[in-house]
Amino acid sequence: MGKIDKKREPDKKETLISLRDVCKNYQIGREVIHALDEATLDVKEGEFVSIIGPSGSGKSTLMNIIGCLDIADSGEYILDGIPIEDYTEGELAKIRNQKIGFVFQSFNLISKLTAEENVELPLIYQKVKRAERTRRVEEALKRVKLEKRASHYPTELSGGQQQRVAIARAIATNPSLILADEPTGNLDSVTSKEIMDIFHELHRTGHTIVLITHDNDVAQQAERSIHILDGKITEVRR
Amino acid sequence: MQTLKMALKSIGSNKLRAFLTMLGIIIGVMALVILVSLVNGATGSVTDTISSLGSNMLTVNVSDNKGAPVHLDDLRTWMEEDAIGNAAAYTKESFTGKSGGNSDSVDVYGVTAYYDTIQDLSMMLGRFIKSTDIENHTYVCVINETLATELIGYTDCVGKEITINGVKFTVVGVLEDNDTSLTSAFSSDSLVAYIPYTTLVRLSETTTLEITSFYVSAAENGTTDQAEERITKILMDRFEDDEDAFSVKSQNVLEDTMSTVTSALTILLGGIAAISLIVGGIGIMNIMLVTVTERTREIGIRKAIGANRRVILQQFLLEAVVLCMMGCAIGIGLSWAILRVIGVVVSSLSITFKMNLNVVLVAVGFCFMIGIVFGLYPANKAAKMKPIDALHYGG
Ligand SMILES: Nc1ncnc2c1ncn2[C@@H]1O[C@H](COP(=O)(O)OP(=O)(O)OP(=O)(O)O)[C@@H](O)[C@H]1O
Ligand SMILES: [Mg+2]
Repeated sequence: MGKIDKKREPDKKETLISLRDVCKNYQIGREVIHALDEATLDVKEGEFVSIIGPSGSGKSTLMNIIGCLDIADSGEYILDGIPIEDYTEGELAKIRNQKIGFVFQSFNLISKLTAEENVELPLIYQKVKRAERTRRVEEALKRVKLEKRASHYPTELSGGQQQRVAIARAIATNPSLILADEPTGNLDSVTSKEIMDIFHELHRTGHTIVLITHDNDVAQQAERSIHILDGKITEVRR
Repeated sequence: MQTLKMALKSIGSNKLRAFLTMLGIIIGVMALVILVSLVNGATGSVTDTISSLGSNMLTVNVSDNKGAPVHLDDLRTWMEEDAIGNAAAYTKESFTGKSGGNSDSVDVYGVTAYYDTIQDLSMMLGRFIKSTDIENHTYVCVINETLATELIGYTDCVGKEITINGVKFTVVGVLEDNDTSLTSAFSSDSLVAYIPYTTLVRLSETTTLEITSFYVSAAENGTTDQAEERITKILMDRFEDDEDAFSVKSQNVLEDTMSTVTSALTILLGGIAAISLIVGGIGIMNIMLVTVTERTREIGIRKAIGANRRVILQQFLLEAVVLCMMGCAIGIGLSWAILRVIGVVVSSLSITFKMNLNVVLVAVGFCFMIGIVFGLYPANKAAKMKPIDALHYGG
């Protein structure tokens, strides 16, 4: 990360994510789908931003680009003051590992690993020591109230429980940026509230949070709400 | 360590497939270890038999006689020794031999009596050089079959005369060219004549009565080792304890040939086994490619949460190597068991089939290499995947 710190300019220090006219198109047969259409967005460090929009409007596509999983067709993405093209593949892997906590819409748990092993995986890639790993896994699972299901495989868990494992995996590494794609989509209102409390707590301790949701109530809890429709972003000020 | 656990777990999750994949390696390793061990065991026992037969002879060369040259009398004295059977001096020169209108280069050996016994030469016709020939410097010769047919024209030529280096010699014996003998395989086609040592001394300027090379054989009821020990002792005493003044070599043509044949056989069988190992390696590569495709989504997830190329490469490479090494271990275990069984079955033959440690090491090394070589392509394929494509693969 040394390289990143060095290149960071003082005036941009606040801005963590900066998207400028980002486009992402998918060609299916003869039809071209504009999943993202000149999207422009800034997220400052420590902000809690929610993204709301109907199904198929390009929310997950936006997340994948922010999370360095996908690359935009055109436009500019500046992460931490450095254009995304300037990072090497190895650096991007390191960013995904240490800086970003991803909660996928489809959970993306490894089915051959138990809940705790799934949560442990990013810590293994960080080369955290065994004892420390066990401690952090336990703590993360406790936060999502799943300590009793630690040794269960994903197939043995309900949808909501899988979602909570995915959240535990994202927060176990204590990342500075959390990208959550409908983290409360499969949860009842009580659990949903508990999860939102976790996000609020993370926000209070200085984490940057980008949260995708269908639920207006959930969106309202964020500092800033962004609306997305057919790949176009509109800022909704509160 | 963590990666190793992951690899074992992933192999364990589909045991039948892992076993079938390993089968190629198992069979290859078994072929290699068993065949090479069998060849080694068999040769070992044959070599032992040859040595115990006492057909060994010793070649003695004197390079520095320290003023005490070896004479024919000395050889006669040494033959009285308990441990020593026969001793025969020899020297070799090349002369032109003539008979009728033919002439050709002939290898002429100046020898003493018993040379034929020590060298195990067999007569076709007539007799070999005798002690009286040596004492009387007679102009007689014993020729080999090749010389008889090529120079004289027929083999029934005892009593005929041939000219060697301008001097007339009477043929007193014809030696059989033993085609089945391993010795002749290397010395065929040359024209050979044996004449009394003393006669050669007169014929040649370089050969003198000071003997520089001779053969010694072990006594009938002794071993070559005993004979070697005795003759070495005698010569050490004679040449002022200077071991560089002479050399005593036990030279067994059969043994040498045997070891040549064995190493050829070992390489041949080892090569065949190596090919089957490579086929097994291709099986591993095949299944690793399937595994990588099957686990595309898993690879995507791992990359999404921060695995870099190296980690993924390591994981799949290790899986291939572990698969190979497990096959190797099973193969070695089975080979050991089979060799034990063969050992029990043929125990009456006094042949021991022990597992050859070297071949085991070679097998382990080879399997490791195969794991790396054939695991590299699939592992690299996994490592190169783009996270987003891998995540969305098949759903
Ligand atoms: N890999 C792909 N290939 C082709 N089209 C795609 C692909 N991924 C997304 N799309 C299209 O891009 C558009 C945006 O998809 P995206 O997944 O971002 O929607 P979303 O806002 O996350 O919807 P949801 O709320 O249902 O999750 C959709 O119309 C979708 O069909
Ligand atoms: Mg989505």
